[in-house]
Amino acid sequence: MSDDLHLTVYDVAIEYGARRVLAGVSFELRTGETLVVAGANGSGKSSLLRVICGLQRPARGTVTIRVNGTVLHPTEALHLLGWVAPDLHLYRELTALENLAFFAAVRGVRCTRADLEALLDEVGLGGRGDDLLATYSSGMTQRLRYAYALLHRPRILTLDEPTVTFDARGVALVEQVVARQRERGITIIATNDPREERFGDYILRLGL
Amino acid sequence: MDPHLSSRSTVEVAATAAPSAAPLLAAAWAVFRKDVRSELRTRYALNAVLLFAVSTVVAMSLGMGPLTVSRNADLPLIQAALLWVAILFAAFTGLARAFVHEEEARTAAALRLSARPTAVFLGKLLFNLALLLLLVAVTTGLFVIMLRVQVGNPGLLAALLLAGSLGLVAATTLIAAIIARASVKGALFAVLSFPVLAPLLVVAIQGSANALAGRGWESGVGALQVLAGYTIALFTASLFLFNSVWEP
Repeated sequence: MSDDLHLTVYDVAIEYGARRVLAGVSFELRTGETLVVAGANGSGKSSLLRVICGLQRPARGTVTIRVNGTVLHPTEALHLLGWVAPDLHLYRELTALENLAFFAAVRGVRCTRADLEALLDEVGLGGRGDDLLATYSSGMTQRLRYAYALLHRPRILTLDEPTVTFDARGVALVEQVVARQRERGITIIATNDPREERFGDYILRLGL
Repeated sequence: MDPHLSSRSTVEVAATAAPSAAPLLAAAWAVFRKDVRSELRTRYALNAVLLFAVSTVVAMSLGMGPLTVSRNADLPLIQAALLWVAILFAAFTGLARAFVHEEEARTAAALRLSARPTAVFLGKLLFNLALLLLLVAVTTGLFVIMLRVQVGNPGLLAALLLAGSLGLVAATTLIAAIIARASVKGALFAVLSFPVLAPLLVVAIQGSANALAGRGWESGVGALQVLAGYTIALFTASLFLFNSVWEP
């Protein structure tokens, strides 16, 4: 990608009631960079990713996405963001292909059934596209989360506990996704697994 | 080579064009189709509204029997009130479903991250309208058959039912989004909806009474105008307010 992409997180604080989870986190990332956010359970890793994706309001601070110097409106930024997380839930009463076709339609991604099948094949769900999500195992559901997140070629990919429920093949899939995302944009990984810190150019450690 | 780890990027093939904002109506239509498909598989709202509608009309029929003019001179007004009360309460059981299901199944985050708020609102509104029109058709049909209601002006009654349904959906879709994240959803939906719907109900009942009594279209034009104005006002307000309600 030739676009100059900047993600700026400035002085972000997150609170749940009276309990402060994050206090004044700031960093800036640009195309090709990967940040690993490390920390124990409850340190605010997932919340920080949700704030970056616009799924949660911070108590204080701002998240700014700039492309070629132009600050994007949150609605415009939707098309740049991809999110994989344990609390990402897709429609269990629909099949994997129906899920992907729906999200492609609302995102304005033009693709055929063959394209979606190829995407499912890439994340290791080849031949299971017509199965209802309710019949999927936790590992298969996690793979479909990757298909959902990669569907629109996001410039900023956020991965929360990226290898959770994955077998060795799944871990290799994550490695491939992270490597490819370096060419496309920015990756932010939240994890409490020290083995996943190798993915990052930078590590942000959050304390309780 | 492990087929799952192919170095060829099929994702790049899949997205043939860089994603752009989906045309609003196409995205709204996608939300509507998804909700219809989900509903046909789960039958949660459909079963709830139809069971309520059928049991209400059957209860009225068993309790009162066929009403005749000789038994009450205000018969058309009573029949119109009963019909709209049955529709309203059956609607209360199902119209919040579209948003409540997203929150309960925890799919709302995926939807928020993927679709523009206006597309979500329009898609959900369309789904609620389809559900309500089905409910109105079933309730009215049963009402006419089981209570042996004479419909003097069927065209006017149909127009009033359609206009009333549009108003009902315009008012309640936003309220459904508001209550979806609350803990006492059902009660809150009824409590918040009733004051907003009271003017619509009064006008719709009076207009429907004229239609049942067989009065001409001129007797219902006023009610239709009020219902159209109500629908436009509520739809416009909801469209502007939805963004604030839907945002986290």
